[in-house]
Amino acid sequence: MTRPARPSAFSRLLVTPLRKFWRELTSMRTALALLFLLALAAIPGALLPQRDLNESKTETYIADRGTMGVWMDRVGLFDVFGSGWFTAIYLLLFISLVGCLTPRIWEHFTALRTPPVPAPRNLKRLPRHLTETVDGTPEEVAGQVSANLRGWRRTTREVPPGKAYPDGAVEVSAEKGYLREFGNLVFHFALLALLVTIAAGKLFGYEGTRTLVAGDDQVLCNTSTAVYDSFRSGAMVDGTDLSPFCIRVDDFEAEFLPSGQPDMYTSDVSYTTDVSAPEDEWKTGTIRVNEPLRLAGDRVYVLGNGFAPTFTVTFPNGEKRTQTAPYLPQDTSTMLSDGAMRFDTPAGMYPDEDERRKHQIAIDGLFAPDPAYHSTLLMSQSAIVNDPAVAIRVYVGDAGLDTGRAQSVYMLDRDLIDQGRLVRQASVNLNQGESTTLPDGTVVSFDGYKRWVSMQVSHDPAQNGVLISSIVMLAGLVVSLLVRRRRIWFRLVPAASDDGQRRTVVEVAGLARTDQAGWGEGFDEQARALLDGSRVKPGKL
Amino acid sequence: MDTDMSGYVNETLGRLSDQLYVTSIGIYSVAALLFFVALAMGAKVKTYAGDLAESDRQARELVGASASSSRSVPAAGDRTPGRVSGPPERRPRNRAAVLSAAAYPVVILGLIAHIASIVLRGLATDRAPWGNMYEFIALTCAACVLGAVVVLRKPAQRPLMSFVLLVVILMMFIGGKWLYTHAAPVVPALKSYWLIIHVSVVSIASGVLLVSGVVSILFLIRERWPSTMDVLPSSDTLDRVAYKCVVFAFPLFGLGVICGAIWAEAAWGRFWGWDPKETVSFISWIVYAAYLHARATAGWRTAAAWVNVVGFVTVLFNLFAINLVVSGLHSYAGL
Repeated sequence: MTRPARPSAFSRLLVTPLRKFWRELTSMRTALALLFLLALAAIPGALLPQRDLNESKTETYIADRGTMGVWMDRVGLFDVFGSGWFTAIYLLLFISLVGCLTPRIWEHFTALRTPPVPAPRNLKRLPRHLTETVDGTPEEVAGQVSANLRGWRRTTREVPPGKAYPDGAVEVSAEKGYLREFGNLVFHFALLALLVTIAAGKLFGYEGTRTLVAGDDQVLCNTSTAVYDSFRSGAMVDGTDLSPFCIRVDDFEAEFLPSGQPDMYTSDVSYTTDVSAPEDEWKTGTIRVNEPLRLAGDRVYVLGNGFAPTFTVTFPNGEKRTQTAPYLPQDTSTMLSDGAMRFDTPAGMYPDEDERRKHQIAIDGLFAPDPAYHSTLLMSQSAIVNDPAVAIRVYVGDAGLDTGRAQSVYMLDRDLIDQGRLVRQASVNLNQGESTTLPDGTVVSFDGYKRWVSMQVSHDPAQNGVLISSIVMLAGLVVSLLVRRRRIWFRLVPAASDDGQRRTVVEVAGLARTDQAGWGEGFDEQARALLDGSRVKPGKL
Repeated sequence: MDTDMSGYVNETLGRLSDQLYVTSIGIYSVAALLFFVALAMGAKVKTYAGDLAESDRQARELVGASASSSRSVPAAGDRTPGRVSGPPERRPRNRAAVLSAAAYPVVILGLIAHIASIVLRGLATDRAPWGNMYEFIALTCAACVLGAVVVLRKPAQRPLMSFVLLVVILMMFIGGKWLYTHAAPVVPALKSYWLIIHVSVVSIASGVLLVSGVVSILFLIRERWPSTMDVLPSSDTLDRVAYKCVVFAFPLFGLGVICGAIWAEAAWGRFWGWDPKETVSFISWIVYAAYLHARATAGWRTAAAWVNVVGFVTVLFNLFAINLVVSGLHSYAGL
């Protein structure tokens, strides 16, 4: 007596559990659980502020919740779609999908090459069946049925005479709806392709934003990441191989309806894809909402706009300095904006460095395109420009230009003011063309304004792949949902004839192999039509 | 400030559209009431007078079933005497059936008023009339009613429309009462032909998914209390109707999301950015994918129905909560 060979320790401890794990991972139940987990994991992404979408809102949210907020941040609740656990779930789902589907490709190919299965012994047991007697020999009827089953995979089998059928019989088996599984496979593999293309886009893509003042000769050349105010890129982008182009905003126009609702934002731009070309050879184009400029494989958008007031400072020695600085809108409906600017003293005015640093000029304040006043408090009624005004505070002292510390473009350094190094000398409301004179004779005038736009440059080499994958996915889905898998069997047995005419008893049975609730009531008619030869549309079955 | 918008909006048509909106809510309410009474009467008749409340469809099915079982060895040909043919014998129509039959045209009347309201708003503003929450909900509700009118067209299933109408009336009430926006042109971001495609496709899909969700809830009720709820169609029928709705709406919803992504690529600088509405659409899509998988698994009918109800909740959540509670790029007209 031989004992069954005990599996080796290797196979017991490693192979068997691994195989078990694989089988479990690739089962439909696991795939379903992972799908649900993915949906569940995405919920905080919808309900909590996300760092990618709104950094400041996220910070406020965290600050409001103290330790709780810090912990929520640590587990990645504010960066759900970049978090390890979200990635883990979709990677598992990905593997589960591959493991589940790869064998099905082979099964599908095998099924395509295998003739339809022989008829079950007892056709009457099937949910849809019918028995009829028709004229003709079994062979003739089989030919007729087979011809009528156009579009089906079908085969005719001779059953030799035996116990059940003393005179023998002919069976026709047919099956259709193979496209269903094909569509199903296409859908799932296109889903994988979708994930892969999205990932490729993330790896090789980049996105940079830059504020440009319109009509101010500011040029954005996509030659290095340093030209951007902010730049995000995938792991495979090192900034040396950006699509070469230069762009300049010549004009920006915001149009409004009488109600004050914005109607359209239009930016006129000049651009070139030949970075060394002189500016007079540049092409011109227009960027509107919904109409980015597509060039050199990149897309250029204008996603924000604002006002940039121009101030001129006339120093006591008569020298003038003019600056235009973008102000940030506090409220996009009225475009009341705030910002700051700093003026260094002209060279040679104060030979001593310390003296020079004590006489820099700094301005901060508000800009209102459509001004209104609450006593002297400047407000804005709408975003439509109507004799714009500014409310500014002018400071003299150390503007922080030499501190070496990073300075906000939109705000003065509070510390310098609190320490008394920057002293407020005036606080006035100015209309366009008006000026104010400081005690030391310096004149600050509000000259006017320009428009600035926030330009976004995006590069995603895989996005066409994403689109194609998703369309193929949808097509596969539709096919897999609409095509019905059906099997039909005809058993043709010669009938005893009294008058010498050959007749055949036909048993027909049908089986719906889809998850729809079976063959409809039309089965009987359809089966008869197949026998009669009155052609039924293949789609009807 | 000058706020005269007469050059941009035909206010007469706008007002007419608003009136038709309210009218359609009224008509839907009447229809829902008629259907509910029909259901209640059907239940009563069933309880006290046997199976008189059996509807035409069930009757026909019964006749068909008995016919096919009695016809084990029929003779050849279609016109043999042994075969039962022609219409089934007519049962006396009871009052419940009459009421239910009368309510169906009422729903269609309401739908006509509803669609007219949408069309008039489009004419008033000279754009696709789905540029804000109010208009979007109106469109989704119309799609929902149209879906119900088509899917539940069989006389025996028509009373189920009352439940769908209940959801629709509630949504339209919320839309009209709290989300109402005056007829006006849209903001620049919505000036794109994708508005016409993306929003209409998504609303139609959402509307049909809502029908499916309601039917699945009825399925679960039918399964839970089979004896008291036998006034509803069989759970098999409910399951099939819910499934058919998803088979139609799920690819359509996917198409809507793809159209949205194409539009977002042009409007927002990326095709997908996990905006709250995008995220919940993703969740809905996954839930319905799970539903189809569960539905394809033998013996999971009830579990599948639960999944469908979860999908129903995510669709409703996406329609309302995302715009009202969470702010994102899909917030328009202050919502």
